[in-house]
Amino acid sequence: MNLWGFVEPSQLILLAIIVPLIGGCALLAARKSPNLREAVTITTSIILFTIVLAITSNAFNGVQMQVTWVELVPGIALAFEVEPLGVLFALVASFLWIITSIYAIGYMRGHHEKNQTRFFFCFALAISSVMAICFSRNLLTLFVFYEVLTLSTYPLVTHAGTYEAKKGGRIYLGILLSTSIAFLLLAVLGTWSVAGILEFTPGGILNEVNNPLVLGVLLVLFCYGIGKAAIMPFHRWLPAAMVAPTPVSALLHAVAVVKAGVFSILKVAIYIFGIDGLKEVPTADLMLYIAAATILLSSCIAMTKDNLKARLAYSTVSQLSYIVLGALLASSVATAGATLHIVTHAVGKITLFFCAGAIMVAAHKKNISEMAGLGRTMPITMIAFAIGSLSIIGLPPFAGTWSKWFLFVGALEADKLIVLAVLTISSLLNIAYLLPIPIKAFFNSPEKNEQPWSWSQTKEAPLPSLIAIVITSIGCLVLFFYNQPFIELINLIPGVSTNTQELAP
Amino acid sequence: MLEQHLAALPILLPLIAAPIVLLVGRSSLAWMVATLVSGFATIAAWQLLITCLASGSLSYAVGGWMAPWGIELRIDAANAFVLLAVTAISTLVLIYSKDSVAKEIESDKHLLFYTAHMLCLAGLSGILVTGDAFNLFVFLEISSLATYTLVSLASDRRCLTAAFRYLVMGTIGATFILIGVGMLYMKTGTLNMLDLSVRINLYESSRTINTGLAFVMVGVGIKLALFPLHMWLPPAYTHAPSAVTAFLASTATKVAVYVMIRFIFTIFGADHVFNDMGMDLILMVLAVVAIFKCSYMATVQNNVKTVLAFSSVAQIGYMVLGIALVSAAGLMAGLIHIFNHALMKGALFMAVGAVFYRVGSVNLQDFRGLGKHMPWTMAGFTLAGLSIIGVPLTVGFISKWYLVSAALDQGNWLVAVLVLLGSLLAVVYIGRILEAAYFQKLPEGTDPEQVKEVPYLMLVPMWILVIANLYFGIDTSLTTDAASAAAQWLFENSQTSVPQVMEMKP
Amino acid sequence: MSFILDYYNYWVVVFLMMTGFYIVISANNLVKKIAGLNIFQTSVFMLYISMGKVTGGTAPIVVEGVELYSNPLPHVLILTAIVVGVATTSVGLALIIRIKRAYGTVEENEFKNSDDAI
Repeated sequence: MNLWGFVEPSQLILLAIIVPLIGGCALLAARKSPNLREAVTITTSIILFTIVLAITSNAFNGVQMQVTWVELVPGIALAFEVEPLGVLFALVASFLWIITSIYAIGYMRGHHEKNQTRFFFCFALAISSVMAICFSRNLLTLFVFYEVLTLSTYPLVTHAGTYEAKKGGRIYLGILLSTSIAFLLLAVLGTWSVAGILEFTPGGILNEVNNPLVLGVLLVLFCYGIGKAAIMPFHRWLPAAMVAPTPVSALLHAVAVVKAGVFSILKVAIYIFGIDGLKEVPTADLMLYIAAATILLSSCIAMTKDNLKARLAYSTVSQLSYIVLGALLASSVATAGATLHIVTHAVGKITLFFCAGAIMVAAHKKNISEMAGLGRTMPITMIAFAIGSLSIIGLPPFAGTWSKWFLFVGALEADKLIVLAVLTISSLLNIAYLLPIPIKAFFNSPEKNEQPWSWSQTKEAPLPSLIAIVITSIGCLVLFFYNQPFIELINLIPGVSTNTQELAP
Repeated sequence: MLEQHLAALPILLPLIAAPIVLLVGRSSLAWMVATLVSGFATIAAWQLLITCLASGSLSYAVGGWMAPWGIELRIDAANAFVLLAVTAISTLVLIYSKDSVAKEIESDKHLLFYTAHMLCLAGLSGILVTGDAFNLFVFLEISSLATYTLVSLASDRRCLTAAFRYLVMGTIGATFILIGVGMLYMKTGTLNMLDLSVRINLYESSRTINTGLAFVMVGVGIKLALFPLHMWLPPAYTHAPSAVTAFLASTATKVAVYVMIRFIFTIFGADHVFNDMGMDLILMVLAVVAIFKCSYMATVQNNVKTVLAFSSVAQIGYMVLGIALVSAAGLMAGLIHIFNHALMKGALFMAVGAVFYRVGSVNLQDFRGLGKHMPWTMAGFTLAGLSIIGVPLTVGFISKWYLVSAALDQGNWLVAVLVLLGSLLAVVYIGRILEAAYFQKLPEGTDPEQVKEVPYLMLVPMWILVIANLYFGIDTSLTTDAASAAAQWLFENSQTSVPQVMEMKP
Repeated sequence: MSFILDYYNYWVVVFLMMTGFYIVISANNLVKKIAGLNIFQTSVFMLYISMGKVTGGTAPIVVEGVELYSNPLPHVLILTAIVVGVATTSVGLALIIRIKRAYGTVEENEFKNSDDAI
């Protein structure tokens, strides 16, 4: 499906970055009429998705797409190139932007939020920088738009303007800016200093460097510098960012922002260190165990949280470390699993966040303890919540199954049984903190005198929100049966393969 | 005719304009003359830079007396670059100052302000283009005396004591430079910089020359507010009129950094200063301490102008650090930061001046709610603030990139880490101001009608600088070309062995 | 002993310099500070003048029958420096007059606010 055949393939990248910007400006112009503004948002997101689809079909056809902007520093330009990993992330982000836009209309109006135009504008800006991150060709470009993303989402996090919002925003910006300036920039400059190039190259660019100390330090700097991946102890920003309106939490803090973090880590693992090169790095194991610890610890913390969004946030922290873990296992299959997990977790987690927002709008409830019997009034939402939970846990027939499967296989292949144990325990913990919520909603009733349930009892969220929830929860189901395009994309990534046979001795 | 004397124009134009400005008698007329003259000086500086980038250096014998007997004006890529920054900022500040000065300076002193500004510009240009060590001292004092006057023009009485402190410190610094230059003359019998460099090279090691070096470095250290000799700077910047602060912060200390570069690289020779005298370690330690101590001081101040003043001292640390790395890359990072920091601090102080124009004071609590009521001013402040922090796509990032990569080139990971950690403190002190502006409401009892956007004559120059912050952060070819040409030139001319000695006729 | 006698001009310079410097730092009265600054600068003038002296040379005025002159350049330089010094002093004194009007005192310890200390 290529609606954009008349545009030169390379220009599609520019379009993907600029279209959200233009849409942002257009919706600023249309700020007087909310209906027009929302129409602009949705149109823009749909146009963006078709562009990304065109890029995808070009990528499958093997068309080279690259663009160079200005040269920031001699030898390093702001440059973009399409490669399968980026396409995968761009697909997920642009598709979910459409859904989130639909959802946000219901949510923001139902919640009577102020400054809605600023909200939608910053949202578009954030998406634009996510697109730039997806297609960045070198580390500098990645770094630049990583920072732009941080800054453009800050007004979204502090949207409410209350004391809590300000405090959350301070933690958010503080951790993300500090880690990126202090660690990531240093890592980028260090790479530049030892390797002489910053281009993402299949097989890595650090193979020539024989100094294990430098490599080890660089890996640690990258892992912690990409603070958006929320590896402990730099994970505090993610729960803090939950003061944002729920659509923000849903798209940015379950998909775009956090996935930009793990995406960057995957990029670094695949194209800077190289999957084979990563095996030689002395600190790879250290970071692997830190990621494993993050998975378990944050799952435990999630269980103690009564606030639904806080619980989901810690669950996200834990799930992000799955991806980091997969990247650091330095095995082809594990990396494939990690990449697939970007997709499956995105769909699952966004469903959960949508449900949380819907509950907040329709029932004005934030805490899990208050949600007993909610299945009666919001059955569709709670069913979707159950589906999302099961997908995150990784039970068939839901999407999360496959990514976990590949991660398990990868851990086996890398001969890291302890990782296997961690993954298993974590799945059990997932069950423990996610499933009680729908169970409570459906089977516990706050009232003594049970009446037979009828449709008249329902009080669901506004229709746009409900539509979004239904679409994503169906997505969880569909991706179990039909994830062929994603698998094919992943197999296009150099050095990454879902095929276990090929690598067997 | 004009082209022939191009080199002298940036000095002569403002110097001639100074008495004219005083005589025209009307504030608005004086403003117009001063701005025009400053604009012409900018064009001259631009021409000089183009000439220098094309054909190397350019020499002009004042009064037709040939060097080394006469005073020589010598322009190369290094000083043409800084000269362009200084004259351009001066023009922008002058455009800005019409309304700002009308608000902050009593009406009978307006003419004096423009006169002093012209004299200061003449002095600064003079320091930059002269090729004579003693002449440099004279121009340094011309600009400094004008600066003391400018600082004392504010209506708040505290500017007087600040100016007096500045005068005492500044004079001591200038006298130290004078002593140092005297010692050099004593040993070499010449004052021309190129001639000096040749002759100093002839001596293996001379106690007189080394003592001269020490005096000069301390004197220049005072002038450029190198930690711990910076104590005059925060009060002077805080209490001076806003237009003056914007001008001084983005030019005066930068010119002093240039003087340091000139003395180290052209006169004494980098090899002698760094390898024989071990000055690099001293400068590096002082620079790093300056970055941390003064950035920290900036985070605890209440007056926003003081915050930015301490930030300036910290930023000077970055420039000195670039010099102390002893490599062409480091020197280039220092030179780029001279230019870039002028852009950031000019924009920031102009924004603060705009707040003063409307609110009447610039304490942290006065910034409350301004994000809504002065959106353009605060947007400009935000962008320039991000530039100070070093966010990508701003000039601050480019400076930091070059500085850190210069440190890494030398395998100096510690300095690289410290530079990046130091910039985190900038997040704190800029963040405090932005939080007050965007997340708090206008204080009770303030008339929202009063707090509105400032006149265009203030907004436009501010935004020109803000846009320059972004433009030179994306298209860096002009700044990097000029700075690397300058750094290359300075470094090579400093390292080369002795060319033929110009004999002084009896 | 000859070390002291041979370099007596420098000893004078160093003595004057330190005296001036000490006054600048320790004086409480702003006018005295300016006076100290003047002494400090004067010492440097002496340094320049004394280094221009050529042993056996006369004043650098062209007269018949005289071959050896002292170096005139330091004198010229110091003329400029003296002008600079006078200008500095006048700016300093002008500031003091305004400080007296604004604060009613020129004694440093009588400023009420410690921020104003010099």
